[in-house]
Amino acid sequence: MYLDETFRVKVGLAEMLKGGVIMDVTNAEQALIAEKAGATSVMALERVPADIRKEGGVARMAPITKIREIMHIVSIPVMAKARIGHFMEARILEALGVDYVDESEVLTPADEEHHIDKRTFKVPFVCGARNLGEALRRIAEGAAMIRTKGEAGSGNIVEAVRHMRTIQKEMKQLTVLGREELVAESKKLQAPLELVEYVAEHGKLPVPNFSAGGIATPADAALVMQLGAQAIFVGSGIFKSDDPEARARAIVKAATYFNDPQKLLEASEDLGIGMHGIDVSKLQESELLQTRGW
Amino acid sequence: MRATETEDEAASMSKAENLASKKVGVLALQGDFEAHSAAIARAGATPVLVRKPEDLENIAGLVIPGGESTTMLKLLREEGMFELLAEFGRKRPIFGTCAGAILMAREVTHPAQQSLGLMDLSVERNGYGRQIDSRITRLDPDAEFHERTAPGDLEAVFIRAPIIRHVGPQARVLASYEGDPVLVEQGRHLVATFHPELTPDSRVHRLFISKL
Repeated sequence: MYLDETFRVKVGLAEMLKGGVIMDVTNAEQALIAEKAGATSVMALERVPADIRKEGGVARMAPITKIREIMHIVSIPVMAKARIGHFMEARILEALGVDYVDESEVLTPADEEHHIDKRTFKVPFVCGARNLGEALRRIAEGAAMIRTKGEAGSGNIVEAVRHMRTIQKEMKQLTVLGREELVAESKKLQAPLELVEYVAEHGKLPVPNFSAGGIATPADAALVMQLGAQAIFVGSGIFKSDDPEARARAIVKAATYFNDPQKLLEASEDLGIGMHGIDVSKLQESELLQTRGW
Repeated sequence: MRATETEDEAASMSKAENLASKKVGVLALQGDFEAHSAAIARAGATPVLVRKPEDLENIAGLVIPGGESTTMLKLLREEGMFELLAEFGRKRPIFGTCAGAILMAREVTHPAQQSLGLMDLSVERNGYGRQIDSRITRLDPDAEFHERTAPGDLEAVFIRAPIIRHVGPQARVLASYEGDPVLVEQGRHLVATFHPELTPDSRVHRLFISKL
């Protein structure tokens, strides 16, 4: 059911993005910098998460003109964000021809009860998750790629680490359970039994598992890759730093050589100052982006 | 009769051992190198991930996977591996899928970019369009492909695939889709614009391994 042809084509593109870096960009100029630095894809949005956090207001899908400019100028895949539950923003992005839609907690949710039914779309979707149950619910709705939510715009890796560790640990635990225990687990995870059984059998999600939310340095990128991320998204970390070009190149290198401290050392030299960042534990509950979605 | 069977068995066992001792590198800078490693293993050989120049030393052939050719090209240049791959290709077989096919071509268009020039092909990037135009289809390969592997059509996964616009006289087209070549061989090298590594059918990988 989940692995029909349309779904395999959607997952296929996520497979091609493995080992790479998807960069948030707000205009054509940034998109070109990202592509030149070796990004595998760019994510078009109106404001980077750090600015959304600072300026407040409602964060929506990026202006179409901007996305079109970005699609026109780069040859790599272009993704764009739609608000949680806003299936009409997603339909417009699909009509525009973007390569992936991110149903994202970084934007202001449009529906507090329902995520988009992503199975009815031809364009593939990526969704954020903090734990295995959330990841499997999104896959059941049709997401073809999962990323950790982390805490977007914080420049702080702690939440992405927490989410990746949680998902990996919950997957490992399933692999040692008996069939009747998986039924109980499916109830606890609030996820379909079919998907719970898939994870128990294979020890991994049926779709690629990437990391996002707080990656600001080559070391951060390597850390989440070590913990099991198959590729990474960098939002504010690049264009909120001193020298976006150098940082973008360095993070691309770190995603490839995440297992090679000497290469990571080279990647970490002469980067200038990273984004300032915030202590997530000092944020009010209402300021957290990761608690959007369910 | 019995003796012959045992001999056959022994012959096929030693053939399998022989195959397993063949190390096939998979360029692992970026892309679906895990899927290729699994496909190489299914085809009976031993995959080895290649990220640094020294990784090229003890391998009989190399796979350049699907992914983003711009990203791979940039890392190859930065790590001083571009020339080394071209050099490797002058002696040993390389199999490129999608981005790998782009890197192995003589000419790349839409937009133009540098390539290894290992095969006499002109390749147009994203020739079919964007992800919305990606598809799974079935190919009817050339009789020669069947003879050298096994009969049956071939499932082909096209993901933002390039189109091979021109094939030189030395290249041999083994399968086409909508009139365009999609599986092409030239001497020791092989390219596919689709992704055989994303299907359980290992015939294309077996064909490559038979060239080692």
